[in-house]
Amino acid sequence: MTMFEAILLTVATAATPLLIAALGELVVERSGVLNLGVEGMMVMGAVTGFAVAQYTGSAWLGMFAAILAGAAFSLLFGFLTLTLITNQVATGLALTLLGLGASAMIGESFVGLPGVRMDSLYIQGLTDIPYVGKVLFGQDPIFYISILLTIGVAWFLFRTRAGLTLRAVGDNHTSAHALGVPVVRIRYLAVIFGGACAGLAGAQLSLVYVPQWVENMTSGRGWIALALVVFASWRPWRILAGAYLFGAVTIGQLHAQALGIGVPSQFMSSLPYLATIIVLVLISRNKRLTLMNTPTSLGKPFVPDR
Amino acid sequence: MTGTITKDGSEIPLLEAEKLTKIFGTLKACDGIDLKIGAGEIHALLGENGAGKSTLVKMLFGALQPTSGDIAWKGERFTVTSPAMGRSLGIGMVFQHFSLFDALTAAENIALSLDEKSPLDTIAARAREIGQTYGLPVDPDALVGDLSVGERQRIEIIRCLLQNPDLIILDEPTSVLTPQEADLLFVTLERLRSEGKSILYISHRLEEVRRLCDRATVLRHGKVVGQCDPRTQTAASLARMMVGNDIHVIERLPAEWTDRIPLIEVNGLSQRPRGPFSVALHDISLSITGGEILGIAGVAGNGQGELFEAISGEVLQERPQVVRIRGTDAGRIGISARRTLGAAFVPEERLGHGAVPDMSLTNNLLLSRHSTDRKMFLTGGVLKLVSESSLASAAKRIVVQMDVRKSAENPDASALSGGNLQKFLIGRELDRNPSVIVVNQPTWGVDAGAAALIRQALVDLARSGSAVIVISQDLDELFEISDRIAAMVHGRLSESVPIEAMTMERVGLMMGGADATAGAA
Amino acid sequence: MMRIEIVKRPQHSVLFSALSPFIALFLTLIAGAILFSVLGKNPISALYSYFIEPLTEVWSIHELLVKAAPLILIAVGLSVCFLSNNWNIGAEGQFIAGGIAGSILPVVFPDFQGWYVLPIMLLLGMAGGMAYATIPAFLKVRFNTNEILTSLMLVYVAQLFLDWLVRGPWRNPQGYNFPETVQFSDSAILPAIWPDSGRAHWGFALAIIAAVVVWFMLSRTLNGFEIKVLGRSSRAGRFAGFSAGRLTFFAFLVSGALAGLAGIAEVSGAVGQLRTSISPGYGFTAIIVAFLGRLNPLGIIAAGLVLALSYLGGEAAQISLGISEKSARIFQGIILFFVLASDSLIYYRIRIVSRLSETALKGA
Repeated sequence: MTMFEAILLTVATAATPLLIAALGELVVERSGVLNLGVEGMMVMGAVTGFAVAQYTGSAWLGMFAAILAGAAFSLLFGFLTLTLITNQVATGLALTLLGLGASAMIGESFVGLPGVRMDSLYIQGLTDIPYVGKVLFGQDPIFYISILLTIGVAWFLFRTRAGLTLRAVGDNHTSAHALGVPVVRIRYLAVIFGGACAGLAGAQLSLVYVPQWVENMTSGRGWIALALVVFASWRPWRILAGAYLFGAVTIGQLHAQALGIGVPSQFMSSLPYLATIIVLVLISRNKRLTLMNTPTSLGKPFVPDR
Repeated sequence: MTGTITKDGSEIPLLEAEKLTKIFGTLKACDGIDLKIGAGEIHALLGENGAGKSTLVKMLFGALQPTSGDIAWKGERFTVTSPAMGRSLGIGMVFQHFSLFDALTAAENIALSLDEKSPLDTIAARAREIGQTYGLPVDPDALVGDLSVGERQRIEIIRCLLQNPDLIILDEPTSVLTPQEADLLFVTLERLRSEGKSILYISHRLEEVRRLCDRATVLRHGKVVGQCDPRTQTAASLARMMVGNDIHVIERLPAEWTDRIPLIEVNGLSQRPRGPFSVALHDISLSITGGEILGIAGVAGNGQGELFEAISGEVLQERPQVVRIRGTDAGRIGISARRTLGAAFVPEERLGHGAVPDMSLTNNLLLSRHSTDRKMFLTGGVLKLVSESSLASAAKRIVVQMDVRKSAENPDASALSGGNLQKFLIGRELDRNPSVIVVNQPTWGVDAGAAALIRQALVDLARSGSAVIVISQDLDELFEISDRIAAMVHGRLSESVPIEAMTMERVGLMMGGADATAGAA
Repeated sequence: MMRIEIVKRPQHSVLFSALSPFIALFLTLIAGAILFSVLGKNPISALYSYFIEPLTEVWSIHELLVKAAPLILIAVGLSVCFLSNNWNIGAEGQFIAGGIAGSILPVVFPDFQGWYVLPIMLLLGMAGGMAYATIPAFLKVRFNTNEILTSLMLVYVAQLFLDWLVRGPWRNPQGYNFPETVQFSDSAILPAIWPDSGRAHWGFALAIIAAVVVWFMLSRTLNGFEIKVLGRSSRAGRFAGFSAGRLTFFAFLVSGALAGLAGIAEVSGAVGQLRTSISPGYGFTAIIVAFLGRLNPLGIIAAGLVLALSYLGGEAAQISLGISEKSARIFQGIILFFVLASDSLIYYRIRIVSRLSETALKGA
């Protein structure tokens, strides 16, 4: 394997959790709900995935358990914000705080244990194609899921009737309700989908990226995923581009650290966070453009009249 | 499923509601309403704001569930549980506050209300076809947010017609149209009637009801108070039925101006659009002297809100002389400083602009008066302590002056009815005797009693020497109180025309963008 | 089939405004009892050692005040932010920035001593927190950048910067390579209030003062009115002539200053030196404190004590019951959920309707 291939592979591995979590949140926000609990759902996915893989020995079972855990955890958020109409920002924060706390306690006995790694697929022959062979055909299953998910979300949102309805709910929930669209039910489904994606993203971390459990192992990736949705102006393909950009920054700084370029490692490690800020500033500078793309009902409470 | 129809068919009404009642909390929005709509008739539903019209039609359409009562469709009883069911029965609805989606195209908007799942291209083609048949041209690929109010209404109507309904409910359809556009709409409606469709027509504009409708049902306080043939009634007799007593006629003494010094001037105001769906202003000039009321007519969304915010100082201008208040250049100073110069402002949106919904009346009093009445409401020097006692006594004064009805001593703004809150918000400004007042939509969604009181208060203020600007979509209101009327269209303001020389037709042409002088010719 | 129906109240409920924190605490205790039962512990004795035992000894009450001080200071600042609709969730970063800035004197100039050292340290701490909070405020006002994400990203940056400082340039040369700075000299230590009985330091007094001052500002002055108006409706705020941008700076500066003060007070009063980690997540727990205190600084004093107790309870439960002290963080998260849920009773009536009978069982 050449150095180039290795870097590409690691970039993809670093980008995949961001991509999956951001796609989930994209669907949630397109339906008009702002769930800031991505970090919490992701870390719950990571610990659940690790634990189930540990007990069953199957990374696949771990992955499915993580998806279920993320979805179940998001239901908590859904119940509060959609049924009890609590403040979405505060509730999302609560979900993150609870997720970080609960995962720390659940995972306490797993710290330091070697994890179960999800095997990569090797498609014989195709992986030998120079430069791109291993990147395209020698990745872990979650990588392929992430690509399919991007295609699927793009198709769903812009090519299907259900996607149109979901966008309509995010644009104007009052109008949607007047037309008889079940606003709350659609939002519940979107929130659960977002939770499932965040759970899957977490499983990628604890089953593929670093197959072990470390407290707070998401280290802000859920938040970066939230930033990616804004960066991508709520469009799936731009999320893919953004996630790989961030993957490249993450891997680039790791390689730079390994090469020992004389800059303290802490500074290099803070690059992804600083890059997030810079990217957000660049994208939000154009206020008109941001306003144009933001789902109009985003974060607003909806009380149906009866 | 079709209803059982007797041989001659005419016996059974298309829709019959019996003892429909809807209770929200403690409020009886509809109280035992009986309504019959025959096939091929245009049936008017009359009533003041808050009489229960919207609640009633939402129940017919399935958007709300009645607390009790029955609905029969073609002779058969139904519980209309959802708008989708209403649609499948053959009931179409055109909303007053359109249920459209700004970020979607016209075709996507139409697709959302169709239960069948045709591809967008097919829907777009059918929308074009229907639009041509009924004189409702639309571009299916246009983003709805970019369209004018009239165009949006066309989309609503086409969306409704595509479902091939037997009954079409129209909620205040002409409130957003120029008189000429309204005439075109009537042609469409008459054509639909001739095809045998029924129309339930909700309006408070009595002249058009007399002209268009075959029968009328009048609601007051959630009850049916009368049924009649509007063509045999006068506007005044219909109004009496709606309100329950005679309408207060505004007393308007002739204007007497001693000195013709302008109190408020706008000179060449131009402004780029500030948001995705906001309107640019182009070279707007106006000048009003004390004692005078300028009425600004216009269809919603032609820059009235933007003009209001530019004059109020919520949005600053580039050059100071663009806005002058009592001879002082004010274009670069904010709303508080403009208030200190003697100006007062009442915006269109009551909750969330003119008032904070979940704050008390006294707090909402402080909202617009903290800078002008600093000495009265603030103590403690630089600490600026809020004096609750003086706020409470000022609020009490306004409540008495404007006859504000409220349920608690100091309720939240959101707990007041639209009319009572508007009386309070107007009173809040009148209480400090402003030399200039700018009011956007003074009586929008306000009951007739409150509207009369507000209009009289504005006229009285002008006659006491202040300059008044009233921005309104209600032409009757403008004719009732203005000394001059101008119209806004596409962010431009027409020349103003003295009320004596103004006619409905002329203002309609001005609102449609035709030159004022051409309209007179 | 049961269904929950929500109806907006025309007027917010004064009763539930007062009751909601207590409902939330009560529900948290029930949830805690269930949690302990699941873990196989006797819920009554577990709750006792969690929430009562730490209050039975004097030294332990001192510890309570030590932990409550930063929570109250930060949460009071956050209340100004949250009330004005500025979502500063990076208080943890501002806390660290304050701790670092305040430590410049004792670490870099250890020979500089005297009564004036401590006041300068506290001021520097506040300045550090303010400076760090200015970044998201500036980006929000100037570029319209979402402050939630920027303030949070800056937490990670601050943590990494502290890590670098303490392992690198500021490491104690005589410290056997431990990642720690020198121990502060006596004149740089925030003294204990009652040194004879325990280590509660004057940071707690500062927290009470800050709470009272901010409470007065919020409830009695035009400035407080401005904060509440702009927080509820920016458009009405603009109509009132208030500037949202100016207020954003104000709110971030106040909360940055208080978080920074909390940081240096913690470093100087409780730790006595800088380490790679100086906070068990105070900046995040303070978000919970702020909401449990219903964004009222006086309520926040009580809420700060409650959350401080959960930290102590966690430690106590680990010792006496063998439950991980991390259980405290679960408690903290659950409290916030229940607070938010109970708060919706203030603005909404909640009915549980059974679909079959359509009768309202409970009209709150």
